[in-house]
Amino acid sequence: MECLKLEFDVDGENFSSAGNASESVKRTLKQIGVPPASVRRVAIAMYEGEINMVIHAHGGKAEVDIYPDRAEIWLKDRGPGIANIDLAMKEGYSTASDNIRSLGFGAGMGLPNMKKYSDEMKIDSTVGVGTTVFLRINF
Amino acid sequence: MTIREVVKLLDAQILCGEDRLDTEIHTACGSDMMSDVLAYVKDQSVLLTGLLNPQVVRTAEMMDMLCIVFVRGKRPEQSVIELAREKGIVLLSTEKRLFVACGILYTNGLGG
Repeated sequence: MECLKLEFDVDGENFSSAGNASESVKRTLKQIGVPPASVRRVAIAMYEGEINMVIHAHGGKAEVDIYPDRAEIWLKDRGPGIANIDLAMKEGYSTASDNIRSLGFGAGMGLPNMKKYSDEMKIDSTVGVGTTVFLRINF
Repeated sequence: MTIREVVKLLDAQILCGEDRLDTEIHTACGSDMMSDVLAYVKDQSVLLTGLLNPQVVRTAEMMDMLCIVFVRGKRPEQSVIELAREKGIVLLSTEKRLFVACGILYTNGLGG
C-alpha cells in the first residue's frame, strides 16, 4: 500500500518549538483530505508525545508513516526511560518538575491522552537507554 | 455569539486577528493546564487562560480553536502573538479574572 513517510528531529532544548512536528503532520493530513476528526486525533496524540520528548527526554526523533486509512507514528528518544510503564500510564501520575507544571503540562495526562486518542499504542522503554512510543491512528 | 461580542462583553483588547472578529463561536473552556485542555475539550472554539507561553497557541491550534482570551490583564510576548497570527487564531486580553470572564460568557449564552 502506498505510504507517505515523514521524519522530524524534535529539539529537546527548546520548549517553545515543541509541537512543530505535530503541526507539520497536521497540515499534511489536512492537505491530503483526511477527515478533520482524525486529523485532530493524530495532532493531539503526537503533540503530547512531542511535549513528553522535550520535557522528559532531551528530544529525539519522530517518524510518521501515512497510509490511506491510518497514520503510524514512532517517537524515539534516548532519554532516561520509564521505570514503571503501568504507573506512568495512570492519569495524574507525573515525574515532571514544578517548572514544567507552571508551563501548563506535567499533569500526568500525556500518556493517557496519547492512548485515548489512538487506536493502538505501544511503549518500549529501557531505563538509561531510552523510550520508543508507537501510535497507530485509524482514519 | 461572535468574537466581536466576546471583546465587548469582556472589555478586551485585541492582540491579533482583527479581521476575524465576525467569526461565530458557540462554546468555550477555561484552564491553565494545557494537558487538561487536550484531554477533556471537544469542539470548544474559545480558550480562556492565564498562561502565556507559546504552547497555549499550539494547544489551541491542535484543537482547532479560533480564539484565546488571556485573563487577569496578561499579555504574551510578541513572538507568541506572531505565532497566533500565523495560525489564524484571534488573541484577546481582558483585565477580568478567569472565573469572572467564564461566567460572563456563560451567562450570555456561550456553552461549555
